[in-house]
Amino acid sequence: MTKMPHSITPESTPGDDSSRTVSQVDTVKSEPETQDVAMDDAPTPPATEKAKINLEELFDDEDSDGEFASSAPVVKEEDESSQPAPLKISPKSSFSDPEIMRAFYQRLFPFRPLFQWLNHSPAPTPAFAHREFAFTLPNDAYLRYQSFPTADLLRKQCIQMLPSRFEIGPQYSTNPRDRKTVRKASAFRPIMKELVFDIDMTDYDDIRTCCTGASICHKCWSFITMAIKVIDVALREDFGFKHILWVYSGRRGAHAWVCDKRARELDDQKRRSIAGYLELLKGGDNAGKKVNARRPLHPHIERSLAILKEHFQSCILAEQDPWATDAKAAHLLNLIPDTQLRAALQKKWDSSPHRPSAAKWSDIDALAKSGALSKSPKDLVEAKQDIVLEYTYPRLDAEVSKKLNHLLKSPFVIHPGTGRVCVPIDTRRVEEFDPLGVPTVTQLLGEIDAWKGEEGERKVQDWEKTSLKPYVDYFRRFVAGLMEEGKGVKREREEGDAMEF
Amino acid sequence: MIRHDYSRVDPKRRANIDHKKKQFATAEYQQLNYEHRLNFYDLPPTAEITLEEFETWAINRLKVLSELEGCSFRNKGPEETAEYMKGILDKHLPLKSDSSRSQKLQDERRRDHYSHFILRLAFSSTEDLRRRFSRLETMLFRLRFKDDDPRERQGFVHSLNLEWDEVKEDEKRELREELLAASGQKKGDDQEWFKVDWERVPELVEQRRVLLKRGKAYVPQREQMSLVVAEFTRKLDDALELTARALPRLDEDDRLAPILAHLAQSFATPDAAYSSTDANIDGLSAIRATSIDTLAQNFPLCMRNLHMTLRENSHLKHYGRLQYSLFLKGIGLSLDECLVFWRRSFKLIDDDKFQKEYKYNIRHVYGDVGGDANRRGRGYTPYSCQKLLTEPAPGPGQTHGCPYRTYKPENLIPLLQRVGVNDRDVLKTVREDVGKQRYHVACNRVFEWSHKNEIKKVKEDGSWSVNDLDTIVHPNTYFKRSWLLKHLGEGNVGVVNGGEKMEE
Repeated sequence: MTKMPHSITPESTPGDDSSRTVSQVDTVKSEPETQDVAMDDAPTPPATEKAKINLEELFDDEDSDGEFASSAPVVKEEDESSQPAPLKISPKSSFSDPEIMRAFYQRLFPFRPLFQWLNHSPAPTPAFAHREFAFTLPNDAYLRYQSFPTADLLRKQCIQMLPSRFEIGPQYSTNPRDRKTVRKASAFRPIMKELVFDIDMTDYDDIRTCCTGASICHKCWSFITMAIKVIDVALREDFGFKHILWVYSGRRGAHAWVCDKRARELDDQKRRSIAGYLELLKGGDNAGKKVNARRPLHPHIERSLAILKEHFQSCILAEQDPWATDAKAAHLLNLIPDTQLRAALQKKWDSSPHRPSAAKWSDIDALAKSGALSKSPKDLVEAKQDIVLEYTYPRLDAEVSKKLNHLLKSPFVIHPGTGRVCVPIDTRRVEEFDPLGVPTVTQLLGEIDAWKGEEGERKVQDWEKTSLKPYVDYFRRFVAGLMEEGKGVKREREEGDAMEF
Repeated sequence: MIRHDYSRVDPKRRANIDHKKKQFATAEYQQLNYEHRLNFYDLPPTAEITLEEFETWAINRLKVLSELEGCSFRNKGPEETAEYMKGILDKHLPLKSDSSRSQKLQDERRRDHYSHFILRLAFSSTEDLRRRFSRLETMLFRLRFKDDDPRERQGFVHSLNLEWDEVKEDEKRELREELLAASGQKKGDDQEWFKVDWERVPELVEQRRVLLKRGKAYVPQREQMSLVVAEFTRKLDDALELTARALPRLDEDDRLAPILAHLAQSFATPDAAYSSTDANIDGLSAIRATSIDTLAQNFPLCMRNLHMTLRENSHLKHYGRLQYSLFLKGIGLSLDECLVFWRRSFKLIDDDKFQKEYKYNIRHVYGDVGGDANRRGRGYTPYSCQKLLTEPAPGPGQTHGCPYRTYKPENLIPLLQRVGVNDRDVLKTVREDVGKQRYHVACNRVFEWSHKNEIKKVKEDGSWSVNDLDTIVHPNTYFKRSWLLKHLGEGNVGVVNGGEKMEE
């Protein structure tokens, strides 16, 4: 079987080319014109800020051993005990400045919960130590097969290399850093990873009318909201998964990480079958009708339809107005199986151009009732259901889910195009999630400085002073729940692992 | 299991020396009694057979398997395959049911049993062979399972002792609606359901043909086959893995190895059908990026469609690029020219983005970058029709694959008309072909129509043999043949000979 560069497979060597594969679409696209970010400034080094950093820290920096560390100005390397001096962030600072990135990794990134999340228990196990991390460096080089024995070492390398983002891959049978020393190629294979899903707005481009390309607004975010609702409930009720983490991808999509032990251990075939179970839309632009659901509807589709129906009225008909133009309305007509009804609708719409989609939608039933229907009403109902599904049912980037060794961007890293943190989405309040309200890294660093609270008995962590707090809290609760479940099997697993040392 | 040769050490005597082997030696003459027609091949055969039997039985089974593979290449449906295979099975590998009361019942089953294990030996050496063997054996098993006598089949399934929970009456009542909806059945036909972990029926889950509740799949009795087949495949895969590991330690003289090697060889993959010599077409000078537009006239519909989409949108999605780049590589476009081609075609994309996001993939296709295996193999081979027809269908915004399969007929016909196929009869039959899922037949029909004068000519003057005009099963063959036919009389007539390696 040939392996395509689409999914990142172990055969591509790390950093042998500065370019990279296109699979994580939204993480790669970096068109500068995003409407939601102030991008008017080219990255300007905040020269004015340098002066404010006090002298002591200049000396502190000397013991840093990183090759990348010295080029950037004066922020402390590895120090948790003393509070770093305030780093002044003006709204004009660009989020990709090395200084900003360093401050972010140093003060805000929740390495410890991230470690516990991937490790499933407090003491380091191969689940973390043999886990692949892939770094995208500031010069766009892509560094694969990184691994770290502990959270602190991961943190150290982040601070040293200042990756613009990093991705998380599977746990391998041997340490990824030792992959070239194993005797047989088969001794180095992926053995465990969370089951992941990627929903990206690009897949909605043919039905999205409000924005195009990389930009999003609240209107089109509802596509993602609908997708999360449908997928989440299916994973929980049908497959019985409990620990599902949804993460905002930083621009216009969302990722899901299913962390249950049962999900982590699925092989490629079973991942493929889950993806197939959840996929409904079939065919490219010329395949005609994309949804041809079998009747009676499968309970999963039936339930999804019930969830999506209400959104169809508000999000699709009213907000997206997908059939406003004649060309788009022609597509709607093609989806109606009844030739007689189709002709009647065509006639009606020709006479009143730019009739809104909601009116067109109700025309279908109105004309059908007035006798333009040659087929049975049941056929029409089913066709209409299919149309609702075509316009609302989740469109997954299924390739991401099918492979055990596929890498996916880590939660809490910064999206290099928008500066927003990839925060978890609380599914209990998924409707309230506002992608345009997610804090950017510059905003967060500013909040630390602006913090006026009291330092009590307990030291207040930097992230607690910012609007990142609710997200980190949510993540920690999630991880705690996951570790609780792991306790039962921990003993057994530790005994198994003892063999490897 | 081989009748011993007197010039050698008696294997039984050898076995007596070694106590470990002794335990096997006692089983040597144990004839298995085959109670059921179907077999999960759990136990290896232990009795002796002659070398000749060893070879002929294996070859007969191999014939059956390759015919089966042919059926899947030709996209035959299950009924068609069963129909086609009936005669072949009766001839090479008959396996009668108990009710036939045939005298040869045990004998047939023994053959089936032995030949399976011989081929297991022959095809366990590489991952690729293992996967193919397992796929074909599964197909064969499914075929036999389907036409087995229902009562005997029930007996066989019962003998397997698979652990399935039965769904109790009250649960059945409670979930009745959903159970029926999931299995797509009419109300009224009552039946039994099993409850298993969904991981055991991934096939059914993928097609959404079972009800899922909290990780349990409710499998209707009728889908039992899928469960049994999945179990069969799982066991076979595990066993093949074990065989592969045991193979180097095979306690063997030099009589079996050549036979096994020969068997494996005659089962060579048709997937590796493309050879680089196919890129050399006499009379066609080195292809440049600028000449693709002209050459596109000779492209098969799948590639022409990609080309037109590329010209319209100045962009193609990943799988489209992959399929098209491989094809272009196959017709002899060099990497440099290919990069130029894509760079110019992506008019709307600036250099920086092109370098970052697209260049690597194109170089990867040519084996210029990537892992060791990729570089050594000079990248991937151009996709065959078989590959294009079995790949997942394109999603929104994608245009790869075989248009005969991925396009709705209403959209396919205009597409064909756009590329100049306007004969009403041809379009009508193409529509019929496509309706019967005979995509390659449709494609060949279009080829024959659009080259009808040239084909007539070469047939008449005998410059092309029948083999040269065999069914096309590779887009690159399509191009090569089309180009040569359209350039007849330019000093390259007859150069096709030997050019059909793609189908081997």
